[in-house]
Amino acid sequence: MCDTCGCNITHGNESLIRPGGKLQKTESGKEAVTVLHSLLHENDHTAKHNRDHFDQHSVLAINLMSSPGAGKTALLEATIQQLDSNIRIAVIEGDLETENDAERIRKHGVKAIQIATGSACHLDAHMIHQALHNLDLSEFDVVFIENVGNLVCPASFDLGQHLNVTLLSVPEGDDKPAKYPVMFRTSDLVMISKCDLLPILDDFKPERAKGYLRDIASTAPVMELSSKDKSGLPQWIDWINQQIEIRKTYLEQHPVSAGHAHGGHEHHHHHEHEEIKA
Amino acid sequence: MHELAICQSLMDQVETIAYERNAKSVTSIVVAMGPLSGVEAQLLKNAYPIASAGTVAENAELVIEYLPVRVKCTQCGSESEALPNKLICKQCGDWRTTLVSGDEMMLMSVELEKVKDEKSGLMH
Repeated sequence: MCDTCGCNITHGNESLIRPGGKLQKTESGKEAVTVLHSLLHENDHTAKHNRDHFDQHSVLAINLMSSPGAGKTALLEATIQQLDSNIRIAVIEGDLETENDAERIRKHGVKAIQIATGSACHLDAHMIHQALHNLDLSEFDVVFIENVGNLVCPASFDLGQHLNVTLLSVPEGDDKPAKYPVMFRTSDLVMISKCDLLPILDDFKPERAKGYLRDIASTAPVMELSSKDKSGLPQWIDWINQQIEIRKTYLEQHPVSAGHAHGGHEHHHHHEHEEIKA
Repeated sequence: MHELAICQSLMDQVETIAYERNAKSVTSIVVAMGPLSGVEAQLLKNAYPIASAGTVAENAELVIEYLPVRVKCTQCGSESEALPNKLICKQCGDWRTTLVSGDEMMLMSVELEKVKDEKSGLMH
């Protein structure tokens, strides 16, 4: 929803703002101001700005989310090895502390920017915007954002990505979509990771996980993968290639007007920004 | 616990509105929220005194309107109430539904106490 044209007045909330509704009454000397903005208005605005920036450079941005230890970094490492070398990748890593994940990615010769969120349990659009100041997007085709490991908070913050991929690792149990519906509802693809453990942890039933996803009306495809034994990787690589093509076609039909995204300024600023180690 | 960050974002918006309209104070803030927003209303309420301290809205009442989860079935067309993790059609039981309400986290309105203009005696 856009906050400007009134499309955010939904069937669900219109009764509140109708004349005589709760939001209309006010005492004399007071003024009631109807706002109808998302609580994350500022974040959403920056997220849109990030997305425009990705689009100007025809870069596909994929946000990876999962609980801690579900194998996001391992998936990225396997992806780097398997993806066509013509596809240029960069990674933005979000963690509370350490450069560990970025270092793992850099070992594969891929540019990685680490965002240390301190105590923040999620990445937000401003952090990504800041990271983009250290990334020349004209050099890349795909940017992966590895969000903070957490199945709750990251779901609420748009970063400017085009796609959300949520990993659900076999040791976590197959009912995670029922427990964390907000997160799994935002997913464009759900990946069951660490599938090499299925024979050992045989109480995890992929079909049951899919059932829980259908319960939350998710139409997202579900993939089964192991970054360790590489099973399921070709399917994932195909999906990425497909999404690059879909985005390309979309941008051919909906070109981004140059300068629009930034009110005229390019992202290679001359002013000083807080340095993020890249 | 991202409610404090969200509450601070809310306060930024409220303060901007109060400033633009030359308000003396903010008396109430109405927020609409659904269970699928990912924001816990009680945690937002707990965060509110921290986020609003020292602002023009520190004495404002935070009113939260709870919106139910409702879905519309893409197969039979009927609309029904649903549980956050069971978004299936109550009529025909199909899972292919779209959300009508329940994922909102929206600042609906603010009520402002206006400053009296001393020259004209009129309220702004």
